[in-house]
Amino acid sequence: MTERTPGFATLAVHAGAQPDPTTGARATPIYQTTSFVFDDVDHAASLFGLQTFGNIYTRIGNPTNAVLEERVAALEGGTAGLAVASGHAAQVVVMHVLMKPGDEFVASKKLYGGSINQFNHSFKNFGWNVVWADPDDIGTFERGITPKTKAIFIESIANPGGVITDIEAISAIAKRAGVPLIVDNTLATPYLCKPIEHGADVVVHSLTKFLGGHGNSIGGLIVDAGTFNWSREGRYPMLSQPRPEYNGIVLHETFGNFAFAIACRVLSLRDMGPALSPFNAFLILTGIETLPLRMARHCENTQAVAEWLAKHRKVAWVSYPGLPGDRYHNLAKKYAPNGAGAVFTFGLKGGYETGVKLVSNVKLFSHLANIGDTRSLIIHPASTTHKQLSDEQKTQAGAGPDVVRVSIGIEDKADIIGDLDQALEAA
Amino acid sequence: MSHDSYPDAYIRGILNTVKTIAMVGISPKDNRPSYFAFKYLLDRGYNMIPVNPGQAGHEILGRKVYARLGDIPEPIDMVDVFRAAQYAPQIVAEALALKPRPQVIWMQLGVRNDEAAATAEAGGLKVVMNRCPKIEYGRLSSEISWMGVNSRTLTAKRANIFGRGVQRMSLARTTMTGGTTIDSAAAKSKGA
Repeated sequence: MTERTPGFATLAVHAGAQPDPTTGARATPIYQTTSFVFDDVDHAASLFGLQTFGNIYTRIGNPTNAVLEERVAALEGGTAGLAVASGHAAQVVVMHVLMKPGDEFVASKKLYGGSINQFNHSFKNFGWNVVWADPDDIGTFERGITPKTKAIFIESIANPGGVITDIEAISAIAKRAGVPLIVDNTLATPYLCKPIEHGADVVVHSLTKFLGGHGNSIGGLIVDAGTFNWSREGRYPMLSQPRPEYNGIVLHETFGNFAFAIACRVLSLRDMGPALSPFNAFLILTGIETLPLRMARHCENTQAVAEWLAKHRKVAWVSYPGLPGDRYHNLAKKYAPNGAGAVFTFGLKGGYETGVKLVSNVKLFSHLANIGDTRSLIIHPASTTHKQLSDEQKTQAGAGPDVVRVSIGIEDKADIIGDLDQALEAA
Repeated sequence: MSHDSYPDAYIRGILNTVKTIAMVGISPKDNRPSYFAFKYLLDRGYNMIPVNPGQAGHEILGRKVYARLGDIPEPIDMVDVFRAAQYAPQIVAEALALKPRPQVIWMQLGVRNDEAAATAEAGGLKVVMNRCPKIEYGRLSSEISWMGVNSRTLTAKRANIFGRGVQRMSLARTTMTGGTTIDSAAAKSKGA
């Protein structure tokens, strides 16, 4: 019998889903229920004791969410997934399994701004201390490692400026330090980049962006690569020590190469509580079915828009790794050979005032703070999301007064360029 | 037979064929992976027989424990080895001495002994190493998908309910060919 491994587009449509065993429903049903009945007392005990597979309560697991979890795990090439309420929730859940008060993790300082806030402020309330490193100077990651370091966190393609991180180089540092490498793969999606192939041990997603893809649902997901040995030095007691909440089970020994995903579910999600609504899971699953088609179109449109802007007389610079000459162009060719994503920034010669006019003049682009929608989106960070910062802080964050961020949609590229053209002319 | 990966059809064939499984090295403690696997397989209709010299004469999950394979008074189809790899040759020798011989030697996730496997195969037995029958059953029946685990199976055919209850699935189903059991990353990671 010839062995066939399903391709990416087939997995995007099918992985994790199958006709409902009792009704034959072909689309994944929305199991909008809080709870699931037990067959008998022994069955209930087996479920609560993690002795069998099954559903108890939607905060811990839900069959609609499970399809989404398996779908993304399959697309990333991981052993298991866990869906949570948002990308931020994914990061809290992951770190809750890894960190104790006083522990540290090394993170790229070129991350989505929301992650920087979460690490700098909210995580510190838990005593989880971030040590910032610079992806443009890989040695800073190595120098950031201390005996308290429990993880390294990076983004494959970082929002907003299209920073491509050298995942393999940082993975080598993580392996030497004996800590897991966590990669936020939101902007790339597994269609453009599969961090596990480059040495990631855990992948996190905001499903809200390109995976869901339609700007209609918030969600997050954690993928366990199955690659990290959690028991080697006893540094991850949630996985390597008997758990009192589960009758002394050792999760790594019991669940092997998907133990991290199970720990995130049965310890962190169960007790911290950021469960994903099954309805959101359904909408995001529907989005993922067309992920390969959408990402190809997003990238084709973005390349065209970036090339057009680079030649525009009112534009000072364009930061898009798909452009030859961009400082991340070679890394993009290695890590995202099918396209450098659909989010980038550009600078206006006219500065702050021109930026404000541009976002007011657009008619097709939506002026809002999200990215990764079918629709083209635009924002002028200096006058909106980064308004409270000083000019120096704005520039440091890649949100100087002249900077405009766009997330290019899947409309006709002539219409996208046409809208920017008329808006720039009038700016 | 390569023991780095196994086609789904091979694993499914074994789990669909065997009925009586002797688990060597089962723990009587209800928080141990061997106990989990034993209970799960018992609940999926397999005739499970515990083997553990320290527990001989006692019962585990209502099943009488035997000290060694040779003491079991009925034919067994499969020996599930829940012992460290160094003990595999001795267990295989005991299995080959049984009349009738079992059809399958299955070594648990984290357990691999190529020498013992070669001996068993030379004796006409099928061998699986470094896998857990509970995980493989869960994977091929799709039960494990409820835990968000990548089952590496794909199908447009619906699953079948196993016997009583609503949260037990049967192995009697079709999936697209080409799946293999959990990949070699499993070999690096211990577990059941």
